[in-house]
Amino acid sequence: MISVDTQVRGSWTVIAAVGEVDVVSAPELRAEIVRVVSEGFSDVVLDLSGVVFIDSFGLGVLVGAVKRIQAHDGHLRVVIGEARVHAVLELTGLDRVLDLYDSLEPAIAPLGAGG
Amino acid sequence: MGEIVELEIPARPELLSLARLVITGAATIEPAFSDDRIDDLRIAVSEACTNAIEAHVSSGAADRITIRCDLAEDRIEVEVTDNGTGFDPYALDAAPDAEHPDRLAYESGLGIPLMKVLVDETEFRASPTGTVVRLVVARHPRRTSE
Repeated sequence: MISVDTQVRGSWTVIAAVGEVDVVSAPELRAEIVRVVSEGFSDVVLDLSGVVFIDSFGLGVLVGAVKRIQAHDGHLRVVIGEARVHAVLELTGLDRVLDLYDSLEPAIAPLGAGG
Repeated sequence: MGEIVELEIPARPELLSLARLVITGAATIEPAFSDDRIDDLRIAVSEACTNAIEAHVSSGAADRITIRCDLAEDRIEVEVTDNGTGFDPYALDAAPDAEHPDRLAYESGLGIPLMKVLVDETEFRASPTGTVVRLVVARHPRRTSE
Protein backbone atom coordinates (compact mmCIF):
# COMPACT_ATOMS: atom_id res chain seq x y z
CA MET A 1 0.00 0.00 0.00
CA ILE A 2 1.52 3.26 -1.11
CA SER A 3 0.53 6.76 -2.10
CA VAL A 4 2.67 8.70 -4.56
CA ASP A 5 2.53 12.47 -5.01
CA THR A 6 4.66 14.58 -7.35
CA GLN A 7 5.39 18.29 -7.04
CA VAL A 8 7.90 20.70 -8.54
CA ARG A 9 10.05 22.41 -5.91
CA GLY A 10 12.47 24.90 -7.44
CA SER A 11 14.63 23.07 -9.95
CA TRP A 12 13.69 19.68 -8.51
CA THR A 13 10.78 17.38 -9.18
CA VAL A 14 9.88 15.80 -5.87
CA ILE A 15 8.22 12.39 -5.94
CA ALA A 16 6.97 11.66 -2.44
CA ALA A 17 5.94 8.13 -1.50
CA VAL A 18 4.17 7.16 1.70
CA GLY A 19 3.61 3.60 2.89
CA GLU A 20 5.24 0.27 2.11
CA VAL A 21 7.26 -0.38 -1.04
CA ASP A 22 7.00 -4.04 -1.96
CA VAL A 23 6.15 -6.18 -4.98
CA VAL A 24 2.62 -4.77 -4.99
CA SER A 25 3.42 -1.08 -4.73
CA ALA A 26 6.87 -0.83 -6.34
CA PRO A 27 5.48 -0.73 -9.91
CA GLU A 28 3.45 2.39 -9.08
CA LEU A 29 6.53 4.20 -7.82
CA ARG A 30 8.60 3.01 -10.78
CA ALA A 31 5.92 4.16 -13.23
CA GLU A 32 5.88 7.64 -11.72
CA ILE A 33 9.68 7.93 -11.97
CA VAL A 34 9.55 6.77 -15.59
CA ARG A 35 6.77 9.26 -16.37
CA VAL A 36 8.57 12.21 -14.77
CA VAL A 37 11.91 11.50 -16.43
CA SER A 38 10.34 10.81 -19.82
CA GLU A 39 8.64 14.21 -19.62
CA GLY A 40 12.06 15.82 -19.34
CA PHE A 41 12.30 16.33 -15.58
CA SER A 42 15.59 14.62 -14.82
CA ASP A 43 16.56 16.34 -11.55
CA VAL A 44 14.52 14.26 -9.14
CA VAL A 45 14.16 14.02 -5.39
CA LEU A 46 12.62 10.77 -4.21
CA ASP A 47 11.11 11.68 -0.88
CA LEU A 48 10.82 8.35 0.95
CA SER A 49 10.58 9.93 4.39
CA GLY A 50 7.07 8.47 4.67
CA VAL A 51 8.14 4.97 3.65
CA VAL A 52 8.10 2.55 6.58
CA PHE A 53 9.02 -0.65 4.74
CA ILE A 54 11.10 -1.44 1.69
CA ASP A 55 12.02 -4.80 0.25
CA SER A 56 14.10 -5.97 -2.70
CA PHE A 57 11.52 -4.70 -5.18
CA GLY A 58 11.78 -1.23 -3.68
CA LEU A 59 15.55 -1.45 -3.89
CA GLY A 60 15.16 -2.45 -7.53
CA VAL A 61 13.14 0.71 -8.15
CA LEU A 62 15.93 2.81 -6.63
CA VAL A 63 18.57 1.10 -8.78
CA GLY A 64 16.39 1.65 -11.84
CA ALA A 65 15.91 5.31 -10.94
CA VAL A 66 19.67 5.86 -10.68
CA LYS A 67 20.19 4.24 -14.08
CA ARG A 68 17.36 6.07 -15.82
CA ILE A 69 18.27 9.48 -14.42
CA GLN A 70 21.98 9.03 -15.17
CA ALA A 71 21.05 8.16 -18.74
CA HIS A 72 19.27 11.54 -18.97
CA ASP A 73 22.23 13.41 -17.42
CA GLY A 74 20.06 14.23 -14.45
CA HIS A 75 20.50 14.12 -10.69
CA LEU A 76 18.81 11.96 -8.09
CA ARG A 77 18.55 12.68 -4.39
CA VAL A 78 16.79 10.35 -1.99
CA VAL A 79 15.28 11.32 1.35
CA ILE A 80 15.08 8.55 3.93
CA GLY A 81 13.24 9.03 7.21
CA GLU A 82 12.96 5.61 8.87
CA ALA A 83 16.12 4.13 10.37
CA ARG A 84 14.97 0.65 9.33
CA VAL A 85 14.79 1.72 5.68
CA HIS A 86 18.22 3.32 5.91
CA ALA A 87 19.54 0.09 7.44
CA VAL A 88 18.39 -1.92 4.41
CA LEU A 89 20.23 0.47 2.10
CA GLU A 90 23.38 0.10 4.21
CA LEU A 91 23.14 -3.68 4.24
CA THR A 92 22.93 -3.84 0.48
CA GLY A 93 25.57 -1.17 -0.12
CA LEU A 94 23.13 1.08 -1.94
CA ASP A 95 23.82 3.87 0.55
CA ARG A 96 27.17 4.23 -1.26
CA VAL A 97 25.65 4.80 -4.69
CA LEU A 98 22.66 6.93 -3.66
CA ASP A 99 22.79 10.60 -2.67
CA LEU A 100 20.94 10.30 0.65
CA TYR A 101 19.34 13.00 2.79
CA ASP A 102 17.63 12.91 6.18
CA SER A 103 14.99 15.48 5.30
CA LEU A 104 13.45 17.19 2.30
CA GLU A 105 14.64 20.78 2.72
CA PRO A 106 18.38 20.14 2.16
CA ALA A 107 17.51 17.72 -0.63
CA ILE A 108 15.80 20.44 -2.67
CA ALA A 109 18.68 22.93 -2.30
CA PRO A 110 19.86 24.07 -5.73
CA LEU A 111 22.60 22.02 -7.34
CA GLY A 112 26.03 23.31 -6.43
CA ALA A 113 24.73 25.25 -3.44
CA GLY A 114 26.10 24.69 0.03
CA GLY A 115 29.10 22.65 -1.07
CA MET B 1 10.26 -26.33 20.10
CA GLY B 2 8.47 -23.14 21.06
CA GLU B 3 4.99 -21.93 20.37
CA ILE B 4 3.78 -22.39 16.81
CA VAL B 5 1.93 -19.79 14.78
CA GLU B 6 0.80 -20.93 11.36
CA LEU B 7 -0.74 -18.83 8.61
CA GLU B 8 -2.13 -20.09 5.34
CA ILE B 9 -2.90 -17.56 2.63
CA PRO B 10 -3.98 -17.61 -1.00
CA ALA B 11 -1.03 -16.89 -3.27
CA ARG B 12 -1.98 -13.27 -3.87
CA PRO B 13 0.53 -10.40 -3.58
CA GLU B 14 -2.12 -8.21 -1.95
CA LEU B 15 -1.90 -10.49 1.12
CA LEU B 16 1.83 -9.93 1.66
CA SER B 17 1.27 -7.08 4.07
CA LEU B 18 -1.05 -9.32 6.09
CA ALA B 19 1.64 -12.03 6.25
CA ARG B 20 4.19 -9.46 7.43
CA LEU B 21 1.78 -8.18 10.04
CA VAL B 22 0.93 -11.60 11.46
CA ILE B 23 4.47 -12.95 11.63
CA THR B 24 6.03 -9.84 13.10
CA GLY B 25 3.09 -9.54 15.47
CA ALA B 26 3.72 -13.08 16.64
CA ALA B 27 7.45 -12.35 17.03
CA THR B 28 6.67 -9.29 19.13
CA ILE B 29 5.00 -11.52 21.71
CA GLU B 30 8.47 -12.75 22.69
CA PRO B 31 9.93 -9.70 24.46
CA ALA B 32 13.52 -10.93 24.24
CA PHE B 33 13.76 -9.98 20.58
CA SER B 34 14.80 -6.46 19.71
CA ASP B 35 12.93 -4.28 17.24
CA ASP B 36 15.92 -4.52 14.89
CA ARG B 37 15.71 -8.29 14.73
CA ILE B 38 11.97 -8.18 14.18
CA ASP B 39 12.56 -5.71 11.34
CA ASP B 40 15.05 -8.20 9.84
CA LEU B 41 12.47 -10.94 10.12
CA ARG B 42 9.74 -8.76 8.58
CA ILE B 43 11.76 -8.16 5.41
CA ALA B 44 13.08 -11.73 5.12
CA VAL B 45 9.60 -13.24 5.52
CA SER B 46 8.23 -10.78 2.99
CA GLU B 47 10.91 -11.78 0.48
CA ALA B 48 10.26 -15.49 1.02
CA CYS B 49 6.50 -15.01 0.67
CA THR B 50 6.97 -12.92 -2.46
CA ASN B 51 9.02 -15.71 -4.02
CA ALA B 52 6.40 -18.26 -2.98
CA ILE B 53 3.56 -16.23 -4.47
CA GLU B 54 5.51 -15.69 -7.69
CA ALA B 55 6.19 -19.43 -7.91
CA HIS B 56 2.46 -20.10 -7.66
CA VAL B 57 1.58 -17.44 -10.21
CA SER B 58 4.19 -18.62 -12.71
CA SER B 59 3.28 -22.30 -12.40
CA GLY B 60 -0.47 -21.79 -12.12
CA ALA B 61 -0.59 -23.69 -8.80
CA ALA B 62 -3.88 -22.97 -7.06
CA ASP B 63 -2.92 -24.06 -3.55
CA ARG B 64 -2.18 -21.72 -0.70
CA ILE B 65 1.20 -20.91 0.73
CA THR B 66 1.93 -21.73 4.33
CA ILE B 67 3.94 -19.66 6.77
CA ARG B 68 4.88 -21.51 9.93
CA CYS B 69 6.53 -19.63 12.74
CA ASP B 70 8.21 -21.42 15.66
CA LEU B 71 8.71 -19.01 18.55
CA ALA B 72 11.47 -20.31 20.82
CA GLU B 73 13.15 -18.48 23.66
CA ASP B 74 16.41 -17.82 21.84
CA ARG B 75 15.36 -17.95 18.18
CA ILE B 76 12.47 -17.56 15.81
CA GLU B 77 12.25 -20.01 12.96
CA VAL B 78 9.97 -19.40 10.00
CA GLU B 79 9.22 -21.81 7.18
CA VAL B 80 7.49 -20.59 4.03
CA THR B 81 6.15 -23.43 1.92
CA ASP B 82 4.81 -23.16 -1.60
CA ASN B 83 3.56 -25.66 -4.15
CA GLY B 84 4.83 -23.84 -7.20
CA THR B 85 7.51 -25.00 -9.56
CA GLY B 86 10.71 -25.48 -7.63
CA PHE B 87 13.73 -23.35 -8.41
CA ASP B 88 17.41 -23.45 -7.63
CA PRO B 89 18.23 -20.44 -5.46
CA TYR B 90 21.91 -21.32 -5.54
CA ALA B 91 21.97 -20.83 -9.29
CA LEU B 92 21.19 -17.13 -8.94
CA ASP B 93 24.01 -14.67 -9.45
CA ALA B 94 24.79 -12.44 -6.52
CA ALA B 95 24.73 -8.74 -7.30
CA PRO B 96 28.22 -7.19 -7.55
CA ASP B 97 29.49 -4.74 -4.95
CA ALA B 98 27.68 -1.43 -4.79
CA GLU B 99 30.41 0.53 -6.58
CA HIS B 100 30.98 -2.04 -9.31
CA PRO B 101 30.12 -0.68 -12.78
CA ASP B 102 27.77 -3.63 -13.36
CA ARG B 103 25.90 -3.11 -10.11
CA LEU B 104 23.18 -1.03 -11.71
CA ALA B 105 22.33 -3.92 -14.00
CA TYR B 106 20.77 -5.67 -11.01
CA GLU B 107 17.26 -4.33 -10.56
CA SER B 108 15.82 -7.70 -9.66
CA GLY B 109 17.13 -10.85 -8.02
CA LEU B 110 17.99 -8.87 -4.91
CA GLY B 111 15.59 -10.75 -2.63
CA ILE B 112 17.58 -13.87 -1.81
CA PRO B 113 20.84 -12.00 -1.13
CA LEU B 114 18.87 -9.65 1.11
CA MET B 115 17.33 -12.58 3.02
CA LYS B 116 20.75 -14.12 3.54
CA VAL B 117 22.23 -10.97 5.01
CA LEU B 118 19.27 -10.25 7.28
CA VAL B 119 18.81 -13.56 9.07
CA ASP B 120 21.16 -15.96 10.81
CA GLU B 121 20.26 -19.08 8.85
CA THR B 122 18.63 -19.56 5.46
CA GLU B 123 17.82 -22.89 3.91
CA PHE B 124 16.12 -23.57 0.59
CA ARG B 125 14.65 -27.00 -0.05
CA ALA B 126 13.48 -27.03 -3.65
CA SER B 127 11.71 -29.87 -5.39
CA PRO B 128 9.64 -30.19 -8.56
CA THR B 129 6.49 -29.80 -6.45
CA GLY B 130 7.47 -26.72 -4.51
CA THR B 131 9.95 -25.00 -2.27
CA VAL B 132 10.42 -24.63 1.46
CA VAL B 133 12.37 -21.61 2.65
CA ARG B 134 13.53 -21.78 6.24
CA LEU B 135 14.64 -18.61 8.00
CA VAL B 136 16.11 -18.41 11.50
CA VAL B 137 16.55 -15.23 13.47
CA ALA B 138 18.42 -15.53 16.75
CA ARG B 139 17.97 -13.29 19.76
CA HIS B 140 21.50 -11.90 19.54
CA PRO B 141 22.20 -8.90 17.33
CA ARG B 142 22.65 -9.46 13.62
CA ARG B 143 26.14 -10.54 12.62
CA THR B 144 27.87 -7.77 10.76
CA SER B 145 29.37 -8.63 7.41
CA GLU B 146 33.09 -8.29 6.78
